[in-house]
Amino acid sequence: MNKRKSRRMVQVKEFWRRFTKNKTAVLGLCIMIFILLIVIFADVIVPYSRCIEQAGAERLQGPGPKHFFGTDEYGRDLFARVIHGSRFSLFIGVATSLMALVFGSLIGASAGYFGGMIDNAIMRVVDVFMCVPPILLSLAVVAALGTNLRNLIIAMTISCIPGNVRLIRSVVLTVAEQDYVEAARSYGTGNGRIILRYVLPNAMGPIIVNTTMMISDMILSAAGLSFIGMGIQPPAPEWGALLSNAQTYLLSAPYMLLFPGLFIIITSLAFNLVGDGLTDALDPKLKD
Amino acid sequence: MSDPILEVQGLKKYFRTSAGALHAVDDVSFSIGRGQTMGVVGESGCGKSTLGRTILQLHEPSGGKIFFSGREVTGMSRRAFREVRPKMQMIFQDPYSSLNGRMTVSQLIAEPLIVNKVCRSRTEIDERVEEMMDTVGLAKRLALSYPHELDGGRRQRIGIARALILKPEFVVCDEPVSALDVSIQAQILNLLMDLQDRMGLTYLFITHDLSVVKHISDEIMVMYLGKCVEKAPAGEIFRNPLHPYTKALLAAIPIPDISSKHKHRDLLQGEVASPVNPKPGCRFAARCPMASERCRSGEIPLTEQAPGHFTACLKASLS
Repeated sequence: MNKRKSRRMVQVKEFWRRFTKNKTAVLGLCIMIFILLIVIFADVIVPYSRCIEQAGAERLQGPGPKHFFGTDEYGRDLFARVIHGSRFSLFIGVATSLMALVFGSLIGASAGYFGGMIDNAIMRVVDVFMCVPPILLSLAVVAALGTNLRNLIIAMTISCIPGNVRLIRSVVLTVAEQDYVEAARSYGTGNGRIILRYVLPNAMGPIIVNTTMMISDMILSAAGLSFIGMGIQPPAPEWGALLSNAQTYLLSAPYMLLFPGLFIIITSLAFNLVGDGLTDALDPKLKD
Repeated sequence: MSDPILEVQGLKKYFRTSAGALHAVDDVSFSIGRGQTMGVVGESGCGKSTLGRTILQLHEPSGGKIFFSGREVTGMSRRAFREVRPKMQMIFQDPYSSLNGRMTVSQLIAEPLIVNKVCRSRTEIDERVEEMMDTVGLAKRLALSYPHELDGGRRQRIGIARALILKPEFVVCDEPVSALDVSIQAQILNLLMDLQDRMGLTYLFITHDLSVVKHISDEIMVMYLGKCVEKAPAGEIFRNPLHPYTKALLAAIPIPDISSKHKHRDLLQGEVASPVNPKPGCRFAARCPMASERCRSGEIPLTEQAPGHFTACLKASLS
């Protein structure tokens, strides 16, 4: 038993060594940890009340010692709004991407692996969903379910499952043809185990990269939904909402756009870098 | 042949294609005695691999019956077949693509044990994997390596270990050495023969290399376009080939002798016909130097020309 545990440890260590070899991935990880710390300690950095507090006298002030990132058109402190906005944005991005990953993997892998009728049935349904623009689809779902955070996440998940299914199906199609899948069948491996232990691990590369990119996409489309009033309800802060709000004052107060935009970019970048690093570190063929 | 471990009767496997039914295996019958090796030879696309895979139920047969140790395997329920499967295993051709690159050597070899729930504890699995690695000549230190770190010979040893860890009685070897260097081919063949003696294995040995099959087989079956054209004990087929296709195959074996360089050889003309909706009659008729009208008119049965020597050729007795 002990031996097995230590073997696992060796594998984890090996993985870590290979991950840290990739300097940009480590940079991404550092940024990610930094943003996670902001998410966790948002209340310590600045109380939530600061970001909904309106002060008419301090409207549209530029960055300064009192308001690090300036204030918006209601005089709300943008620093506080960006810090607390990270909670909403990150939660929406990560939750929807993970849910879309899980459902997309299961559906896409079944379609690619079983083929034939099952594949056809699944893909035709997916085609129908793909015809509807994703933002419209989430809009429809939110409108039907009502606007709150949970429904927003459900709606966005539904809208990005079809694309995921397509990607994963196509990767699985090539992997499922490999000899080792047939070999697995020859010693009696069940379909479930083949998909989980043989097909998905070998299809992981593109899937991980896609998921990390989806996180940044989701942050942005949550922004779009907030803009139309179907996402996070004001006055709650959310990066996308801050961004779309800033459009109106693009010329007079560009800093309003700058800070939320910067955070979105940095976060997306961090996720992408880590995703790339993970793909390389998890593939034993790329060892050293 | 008093105790056949595997008996195949009129086995057929047709694949449906848009052009029509592809006759990959067409009415093949044979049986293999316990502990014997049946060599199956033929050129690419003649249905050798499909035959092996159909016997292991990796493909659903289109017709015919397969008996294993006296039990009919065809038409068996999935649950019932689960008991038989560990007794019938397969070694694959390409050791590069038949091993899951995400698993370590010991994980790969342990898979069949885990899947078939043979062992009760992890320690038991570890012990058996270690034992098996030793049997096939894999050093212990390789247990945590990944297959891509190893050379072809070692990889194929993993494939062999994986096939044998369930202690099977019958193994389909699907061109197990054709992807390897010649120097390693001999090692692997010797290992296979050695293991056959030690574990009492029965092989169905699929290959396109006649010199390989001569070494290892007790009996040889020659296939052409899904049909068995000749079947005889190994020595007999080399000494006295009856079917023109077999003769052509034997004539094509390179002779490592410089003086034979200018010797005349009868090489086959033309190409293999399409296995989709084949014409009636002898499949080989289109390329056969001796073919006549009668060859193209109807099915030609396998007939016994000498004791144990069967061939499907009308002209066999004349020549």
